[in-house]
Amino acid sequence: MPHIEIRDVSLIYDTPSGSVPGVQGVSFSIEPSEFLCIVGPSGCGKSTLLNIIAGFLMPTGGEIRIGGKIITGHGMDRGVVFQDFAQLFPWRTALANVTFGLEMKGISKAEREKIALEQLRLVKLDKFVRSYPHHLSGGMQQRVAIARALAYNPSVLLMDEPFAALDALTRDEMQRLLADVWRETKKTVIYVTHNVAEAVYLADRVVVMTPHPGTVKTEIPIRLARPRDPLSVEFLEHQKELLRHLGGEAGKA
Amino acid sequence: MSANTERMRSYRRAAVTLLVVAALYEASARSGYFAPALLPTLPTIGRTLFAMLLDGSMLGHALYTFYRVMFGFGLAIVVALPLGILMGRFRTVEGFFLPLASALMPVPSLAWVPVFILWFGLGNTTTVLVVFYAATFPMLLNTWSGVRSVNPLWLRAAGTMGADENAMFWKVIIPGASPFIITGMRQAFLRAWIAVVGAEMIAASNWGLGWVIFDAKEFLNTDIMLASLAVIGFIGFVFERLVFGSLERATIQRWGMVRAAKS
Repeated sequence: MPHIEIRDVSLIYDTPSGSVPGVQGVSFSIEPSEFLCIVGPSGCGKSTLLNIIAGFLMPTGGEIRIGGKIITGHGMDRGVVFQDFAQLFPWRTALANVTFGLEMKGISKAEREKIALEQLRLVKLDKFVRSYPHHLSGGMQQRVAIARALAYNPSVLLMDEPFAALDALTRDEMQRLLADVWRETKKTVIYVTHNVAEAVYLADRVVVMTPHPGTVKTEIPIRLARPRDPLSVEFLEHQKELLRHLGGEAGKA
Repeated sequence: MSANTERMRSYRRAAVTLLVVAALYEASARSGYFAPALLPTLPTIGRTLFAMLLDGSMLGHALYTFYRVMFGFGLAIVVALPLGILMGRFRTVEGFFLPLASALMPVPSLAWVPVFILWFGLGNTTTVLVVFYAATFPMLLNTWSGVRSVNPLWLRAAGTMGADENAMFWKVIIPGASPFIITGMRQAFLRAWIAVVGAEMIAASNWGLGWVIFDAKEFLNTDIMLASLAVIGFIGFVFERLVFGSLERATIQRWGMVRAAKS
């Protein structure tokens, strides 16, 4: 049985100039522990779709099932990482940010600090446990956000372009780190990006979306051995294929 | 280290300003153009202040005034902080209270003194209520703005992590709005000090810095008036710098939610 099923999901935005379809008739499913990337040009509704899966937006049509159950709102079975560094609570240290979900679960202080410390070690931030977010670099803040989303042990990790605002070098490093974290935690991941190389590096399967309204154009499995070499011929072939699907212009380049 | 030298430098600059103003005042007082009874020299004011400190009367007046300020200010926080948060969270609460606040806010707190005297008589109740009235609106409006400026990502993140209304309130909204809340407290405290002295002039009897100033006028005791003004300024300054300054450094500055001015 798939872990997450998305069935014919649509969302229509009400704007002052009339109703605008954000996503339309989107269907696909995700297996347990699968790493799925959603790729599409900006404005294709991929973030909207992720927000629906997260439960922040209600679809106007269709349904989403996680573990067979229809979702009706956000829940602790999903962890979410946003693009914006400001998602961390500035008044809490890295450790206290990570313990937040555990605190809400009512876990004792000693226990939750132990778990949070493990999570911070997983993202290689155990030296910065007592730092406040504003003393951390963008990449470090995103790593705290990943640790925070994993700490209360959700089965699904939803990521909305988490590395898009980082410089290229840091982004590469973060992708390697995320691949390691995923291998160790075996979470089901839905990862939204507009970066084709990022999708080929991380994903088991890539869902390509078309804009206005956002629909699924195609699905491409990436069957490359991990860790992947971004300079290998196969890697570049996959990248080209994805670019072709994203549009003639981009494919020629 | 550098923060310390920076602070020393700012104290030195403040001292220079005070010295220049004091020197100009002293020169005018000694110039012979003004009656000494109206413009006493600084040593005269200093002697009066010292005498009043020694016999305990100044401390008594200051304590009375301080008590009224803290009572009214505390009351304002207890009322305006939750109300401001509710206004920022719920449209119906905002819809009901915002017009009320907009209508009452421009009315100077001192304009209520005669009304309150009729309702509550002379004394503490009236003075405290005037202080409360003056302090409430800055607290209310800043809290309301603060809640509306809380980053929606924090609410979403907290929601996914299972925060209920209660946790959302105490662990996300209040700290998230804290830069505004602290500004609100600062402004409220300032308004409270301004209001208390005015209210005491009219509504208090026998004790309070405002009352001393007003009473001294009857006997042309300009030195007492100016000594009391100095005490008012001093207490306000100490509170502003020490209490709110350290509160800010310990919270929102430490969290990087506001920065210290560069120069």
